[in-house]
Amino acid sequence: MALLEATDLHTYYGHIHALKGISLHVEEGEIVTLIGANGAGKTTTLKSISGLLHPRRGTITLAGRRIDQMPPHEIVGLGIGQAPEGRRIFPRMTVQENLEMGAFARRDGSIKADMERVLTLFPRLKERTNQLGGTLSGGEQQMLAIGRALMARPRVLLLDEPSMGLAPMLVELIFRTIVEINQQGTTILLVEQNALMALNVARRGYVLETGTIVLHDTAANLQQNEMVQKAYLGIE
Amino acid sequence: MQVTPELLIQVLLIGITNGAIIALVALGYTLVYGIVELINFAHGDVFMLGTMLSLTMVTWVPSLMGLRGAWLMPTPLLMALVLGTLILAMVFCGLLNVAIERFAYRRLRNAPRLAPLITAIGVSFILVNVGLHWKGASPVNFPDLLPNVNLLAGVLGLNTTVTFTLKDLLVILITVPLIVGLQLFVQRTRLGKAMRATAQDREAAQIMGIDINLTIALTFLLGGALAGAAGLAFGLYNNIAWFFQGFRNGLYAFTAAVMGGIGNVTGAALGGFVIGLLAAFSDFFFDPRWTQAVVFAVLILILVFRPTGLLGEKQAERA
Repeated sequence: MALLEATDLHTYYGHIHALKGISLHVEEGEIVTLIGANGAGKTTTLKSISGLLHPRRGTITLAGRRIDQMPPHEIVGLGIGQAPEGRRIFPRMTVQENLEMGAFARRDGSIKADMERVLTLFPRLKERTNQLGGTLSGGEQQMLAIGRALMARPRVLLLDEPSMGLAPMLVELIFRTIVEINQQGTTILLVEQNALMALNVARRGYVLETGTIVLHDTAANLQQNEMVQKAYLGIE
Repeated sequence: MQVTPELLIQVLLIGITNGAIIALVALGYTLVYGIVELINFAHGDVFMLGTMLSLTMVTWVPSLMGLRGAWLMPTPLLMALVLGTLILAMVFCGLLNVAIERFAYRRLRNAPRLAPLITAIGVSFILVNVGLHWKGASPVNFPDLLPNVNLLAGVLGLNTTVTFTLKDLLVILITVPLIVGLQLFVQRTRLGKAMRATAQDREAAQIMGIDINLTIALTFLLGGALAGAAGLAFGLYNNIAWFFQGFRNGLYAFTAAVMGGIGNVTGAALGGFVIGLLAAFSDFFFDPRWTQAVVFAVLILILVFRPTGLLGEKQAERA
């Protein structure tokens, strides 16, 4: 049984039919990527999983349990963490407070240890624990968004466009960290426009176009796929 | 008028006490604005109903005991009555505010801004009419509960003409701890942090595991409870209850919240004290008829030079 499984999702924004029957699954320990152009439905898929949007049709299960009609705050508690598109850190809270908010759904005593772990993963944040989130650079905000999501100790980490707007060196750093987080045992569903980087770290990938999945294969096969090369990797 | 140091201190005391009451109401405006970006125009009238409920309590309970007034009650019972009234007014106004949010505002949360704003004005009219039917059209006397003892000259034996009565002390004892307590709650507690997070980014707060409906309800509860306490303090201090008192005082409190930087909790408290002091100094040293003009002229001046208010900050740009 897949850790996270979505079957035939149909999600709407008002009257706009954004997801037209998306099915995907993520196995324990994997990095799976969703690639596709702007407006293909990548973010909508993540928001449907985290409960910010509710699909009108279809099911989502986490370790066999239906989550598709649950409110987002309950889904977090079940083990889905999200670093949303645009980072969405709390601008008038310090780095430390932002990380504490990430652990809001938890009641156990090892939150401090997890904060240490996150600060080890992102040493840049360690130097800035008392700085307000809104004063960080874009790359630091992305690190904070990922760190904050990790503070929930998610079973599945949803990452939405972590490379957006970052300098190439920072993109490298973020992707190295994503692999590191995965190696430490967190399953990752990664949404990216930077298909080249995403397919390098992922095991499998789904290609989305206008609300439907047009391709699903291993990352290695997708890299060799002529359509993917042409449309997403810039290879003629 | 001869300006003496004693007169200055007297006016200062009056300004601070009135300012504390305005600050309590202002906190409700700023809390709600901070979290749902709504100017809750009904808030001043929730405060008014707090005064009305308090008035009912402090007249009804003594009459049950066969007394002509609360001041005839034995001191321990009187203290219990004041405390009980305070708690009841806070609970009543808090729950009233929660109910208003639940039934009038929640469904409009994602509607265009004007819809909840007009709804708030509508709720305000409804509450004013409730007050009108409850206590009538004329201002009603709010009885003095405590003996009129001047603490400075009478009890401490100071050689001064400044009066600071038991009543003044009681009003300060009700208002200031609540103002300080709210700051601590918002800064230090888990729920306070959930309120701040929801105010800064509602969607991000949800994916942290924060129940935003609950957090918004809590915000209305706190704002309403503070308005209830302010309602009792206002009645005690000014010896008056009037169905229309929520308009002027609500406007002052809203002004205080804007002056301090709307959404900023410390700013609202600061703005309350600034307006209380301004009004007191204008009343005594200028002309009470001009006081509202003075208060709003200063507000405009502050906003011209600091559009975000005294403590308001420009929201940090997302990089």
